[in-house]
Amino acid sequence: MTGQPTLNRRAVVQTLLRERGDLVVVAGLGATAWDVASVGDHPLDFPLWGAMGGAAMLGLGLALAQPARTVLVLTGDGEMLMGLGSLATIAAQRPRNLRVVVMDNQVYGETGRQPTHTALGTDLAAVALACGFPTARTLWEADGLEPLRTAVHQSDDLLFAVVKVAVTDEPMTLPPRDGAYLKHRLRGALLGPTALE
Amino acid sequence: MDTPRHWTTDIHTLFKAHHIALVSYVPDAGHTRLLNLCRADEGMRLVPLTTEEEGIALAAGAYLGGQRAALLMQSSGVGNCINMLSLVKTCSFPFLALVTMRGEWGEFNPWQVPMGQATPDVLRAMGVTVYRVTDAAAVHSTVEAATRFAFASYVPVAVLLSQSLLGSKSFGGK
Repeated sequence: MTGQPTLNRRAVVQTLLRERGDLVVVAGLGATAWDVASVGDHPLDFPLWGAMGGAAMLGLGLALAQPARTVLVLTGDGEMLMGLGSLATIAAQRPRNLRVVVMDNQVYGETGRQPTHTALGTDLAAVALACGFPTARTLWEADGLEPLRTAVHQSDDLLFAVVKVAVTDEPMTLPPRDGAYLKHRLRGALLGPTALE
Repeated sequence: MDTPRHWTTDIHTLFKAHHIALVSYVPDAGHTRLLNLCRADEGMRLVPLTTEEEGIALAAGAYLGGQRAALLMQSSGVGNCINMLSLVKTCSFPFLALVTMRGEWGEFNPWQVPMGQATPDVLRAMGVTVYRVTDAAAVHSTVEAATRFAFASYVPVAVLLSQSLLGSKSFGGK
């Protein structure tokens, strides 16, 4: 299926993070980080304000270090495209507690809405499958969201998903941007008193 | 007489002593022995990368989850790391890289020279403390100091393993 995406990104993130429990969320820079913050800032969130192309790898590091936790990387198509090789690296490790979900609006939203490669033919779910992800799906319709939410929270294996979302103007909901604070907050939430060792 | 302990064994022993659990890498001939030691170690996970910057984000994520990582690469990979080092600096992540050098000591391949010569400056420009080892006897003390510094003071440190230590790569005897 192709065409213009129609899903609303804020509604998508609201659904995926509903009753999130102890889900750890890495948010790629830009609109995806604002989307995650729009649901409410959370100590188990690690929103990136830079390090473009690194969100999925940061999620891999977390997933390997915390095998009992589920780690969700939520990022944009531009951010994922900059780290395409990381899909091969992740699939080679196959952490069963990692999920990578790309909010794909097919544009670089922060820089003037220039089309990304997903508007020009690149199929990120096919890339992930070709890299060795056991499952990958692309959602164009709202009826796939609840099954995706269930899979994110309950799957016992690595998964990849692309959610095609519309280009929209959403309110700016900014997460904290002090990197040292974000680091200490997440370590504190995951490691307790040993976080400052 | 016993064969002297190889310097790669020193590094592997230090990794164990300092609880390095993840070893990510883009391979270099100079890292082969160390990679084999780490691969044979059930307490370590090897993570092959497609590009070196992946190892920086991986190490940051691992540290957030309470695990220590080290990144092995050759000097040509340092250039691939530049922007991702912002993550380390902005968040004050500890970071340890061991860099085998090319493009310096008796290099045969001119394509290795520009990045090899720029490696220490590029690292320092991004705030990475640079240690250099030129002979095998200094490997243990240098890598130990670098590891302590990185994880105790929450700073990025790179140890450059000189080509004089590794030997120049030969191309068909040239």
